[in-house]
Amino acid sequence: MESVLELRGITKRFPGVLANDQISIDLRKGEIHALLGENGAGKTTLMNILYGLYKPDEGEIVVKGQKLDVSSPRDAINAGVGMVHQHFMLVPVFTVTENVMLGDEYLLPGGFLDRKKAARRIMEISEQYNLAVEPGAFIRDLPVGIQQRVEIIKLLFRNADILILDEPTAVLTPREVDELFKIMQKLVEQGKSIIFITHKLREVMEFADRITVIRGGKVVGTTTPGVTNQVQLASMMVGRQIELNIKKDLAKPGEVVLEVNDIKVLNARHQIAVDHVSFEVRAGEVLGIAGVQGNGQTELVRALTGLTHPVNGKISLLGSNITHANAKKIKELGTAHIPEDRQKDGLVLPYSIEDNLILNTWYESPYAKRHILQRDVILDHANSLVEKFDIRTPNALTATSSLSGGNQQKVIVAREFSRPIRMLVASQPTRGLDVGSIEYIHQRIIEKRDQGCAVLLVSTELDEVMQLSDRIAVMYRGQILAVVDAKTTTREEIGLLMAGVVPAGS
Amino acid sequence: MAQTTSTILRPADYISPTRRTVMGAVFLVMALCIWLIFSLSIVTDAKTTFVLVPGGSKVLIADLVFMSKPVLDILAFICAALGVYQLAKGFGRYTNTILGVVAAFFIVAFLTWGSSGTSLNLAGLLKVAVVRAVPLTLGAFSGIFCERAGVFNIAIEGMMLMAAFSSALFGSLVNPFFGLLTAVISGVLLAYVLAVLSIKYKVNQIISGTVINIFATGITSFLSAKFLQKYSALNDSGRFGTWDVPGLSQIPFIGPVFFSHNMFIYAMFIFTILLTILFFYTRWGLRTRAVGEHPKAADTLGINVIKTRYISVMLGGAMAGFAGAYFVLGSVGRFDEVMTAGRGFVGLAAMIFGNWNPIGALGAGMLFGFADSLASKLAILKVPIPNKFLEMAPYLVTMIVLAGVVGRGQPPAAGGQPYEKE
Repeated sequence: MESVLELRGITKRFPGVLANDQISIDLRKGEIHALLGENGAGKTTLMNILYGLYKPDEGEIVVKGQKLDVSSPRDAINAGVGMVHQHFMLVPVFTVTENVMLGDEYLLPGGFLDRKKAARRIMEISEQYNLAVEPGAFIRDLPVGIQQRVEIIKLLFRNADILILDEPTAVLTPREVDELFKIMQKLVEQGKSIIFITHKLREVMEFADRITVIRGGKVVGTTTPGVTNQVQLASMMVGRQIELNIKKDLAKPGEVVLEVNDIKVLNARHQIAVDHVSFEVRAGEVLGIAGVQGNGQTELVRALTGLTHPVNGKISLLGSNITHANAKKIKELGTAHIPEDRQKDGLVLPYSIEDNLILNTWYESPYAKRHILQRDVILDHANSLVEKFDIRTPNALTATSSLSGGNQQKVIVAREFSRPIRMLVASQPTRGLDVGSIEYIHQRIIEKRDQGCAVLLVSTELDEVMQLSDRIAVMYRGQILAVVDAKTTTREEIGLLMAGVVPAGS
Repeated sequence: MAQTTSTILRPADYISPTRRTVMGAVFLVMALCIWLIFSLSIVTDAKTTFVLVPGGSKVLIADLVFMSKPVLDILAFICAALGVYQLAKGFGRYTNTILGVVAAFFIVAFLTWGSSGTSLNLAGLLKVAVVRAVPLTLGAFSGIFCERAGVFNIAIEGMMLMAAFSSALFGSLVNPFFGLLTAVISGVLLAYVLAVLSIKYKVNQIISGTVINIFATGITSFLSAKFLQKYSALNDSGRFGTWDVPGLSQIPFIGPVFFSHNMFIYAMFIFTILLTILFFYTRWGLRTRAVGEHPKAADTLGINVIKTRYISVMLGGAMAGFAGAYFVLGSVGRFDEVMTAGRGFVGLAAMIFGNWNPIGALGAGMLFGFADSLASKLAILKVPIPNKFLEMAPYLVTMIVLAGVVGRGQPPAAGGQPYEKE
């Protein structure tokens, strides 16, 4: 098999970090080559170099036998390299046609846009590769799965034959993931070659022809799904033995802690985001909320933690009505909150670890006496938590902005778990974390459950919900479609529910 | 079941109960005003006369004469009916439209009342409204150029003032056409400063704009006091003359109101069409809007974000320069200190009210221009409202409009954020 693309000895240094260290990879014609590694392993940096967004310090790129000097995305496009970025590069207020032709517009005489011709070309591509889209639709009205197709069409419109897909499945439902892989198969059959960047083991095992694992900016090895397995890949990724499945005992549900009764919550744009939702969470159990990003989970959590209020319905915590209580009151009743966006809502980044650790208890004894902060007590408290929760930092006075994502999350977990709580609301607790930190946080959550705390886990990662939950509620377009027992359900059932399909008979 | 995986939430067309009630109350209050203040305060057989020929025009048409009281009563009744319906059921998504209708009725009622027993030159009022709209609309266009590419331009006011100064000076020294050219150039130069500060050095764009405004006010006032006031030959630029559009200007009422002006007024209409085509039907427009909405996406497709922004900002400067020249060459023919008097900021408001869209900006400019024109007209009528209050009218309208009576627009998403390539 001929190589269409070779990266030879690519090295990239950022101040203080060696992001890519002598990375060499080759991509063969017509293959799906998975690039597997944790967040921060250097995958995205490597691809940005290939796409001309960064300049490498060393190494060379060879496309179809010719050495290529990419200094801008334009050079990469001209060489037939196209990239679907993790965060889509689409203008929401433009139509599909406008987004696709942007930068390579079809023109009528006089410099006017030829939208019709571009739309025809899009329809041709769409038929050839089974990528159904509506050229006149606005991007903001399209679901992410379709937006991703638009991104792929963008590349094909420019005749790219080396496609880089950066974490393409992160935003998709399981069903959409299957569709994406069908599309990828079709592309490969027609002679395209694909580099597929991911950190999800299941996907590489199912869909890749070859797998290259990257850790700490270095290539650890290249293998094929035939000769490896998930556990081995995980160890290659992390560099030590990893327990993929968390061990937990059966839940012993106690009394009802949180009762949500027919609530309706609006989002910031006054649209209905949570639509007549009811459920309850009992002490000693984990209720998982599964669903694709943007189906009302964010607003639900905000309502439960007092950051917004429902326009309808009632929320009770341990028997007291908290429908219109503020966040402080809800916290004082024993709710802990691990927010979805840890940097924005969970921490004051420029503050030190010690200050972040008392962010919601600073006015209480022993941290404050007559409105004066007791610095010694606070520091002792911080030091003991840093040790207990294994926060890797030079000391407790370090600003949280300089910590890694995993350690930032540990600061939040330490803050929330170190006070007596009855209810834990954890929203995307492991988003963007490495496998080691995920393992740690999962263990802590289960530990809390076993201590009799009620846990509401909101996650878009199906594996996480399946592993941790005792019961799973699936949210779709603001509603809870079903609540299923985690022991008896299947990935397929949840996947269908996430796509809005309610199985017959339920 | 092709694509059920949508994550879009149903739009609720949500009008909160409070807003519904408040709007209903507003309609009723307006109805009450029309009835109690306007209708009851005039004598039963008073007549209102609207003159439909502006002063000096030769295109004649008969005056519109009608009984004041019945008209006012009917307007009051309709407004009250709309108010009751709004309170009872609500107009939902049409609430803002109905608000516009009620406001229009209120203005008609106000004019009817103000001119009962006497006459009001409606054509003159509208003609002046069109003229007053010019600097506001052109200022808004300047803002559209910059903001569509993602750069806030607070400095329209300063650019207009500088341009007005140079058009007066060079118009006096050479001729009005050269004055216009220097006005545009001075706008571009100030825009270049804004571009360098906010694109290259990533200075906060509100601050860089404010700095330019302060600079323009200072230097023009100083130079004006030092030279223009002393040597009157330096401050006598002359003006562009009125040109009647052949044919169109002969249409009764419409002709004199819209088609008998100097070139700045026609330029406003032509630019409205040109900008619409430029922004929405050409490659340049598509790329510029992409840069203002999602610069990174544009960058990954090989579009030069920085260059696009520089060009747009400088075009915006040229437009502000053109608008500034109007104050001198299209209006009074001389420069006075701080003669722009906040029009650049009202232009910015017109841009926002017009939803960053040339046609919308023209509409908003016209509305503000009308408020302005009305204020000066009413000062002449014997309306028992103090003069100074009437002069506040345009600004009051601006504030009410901006305070969100009309729903929020959709600004370019990347507005005000310097682009960093990581």
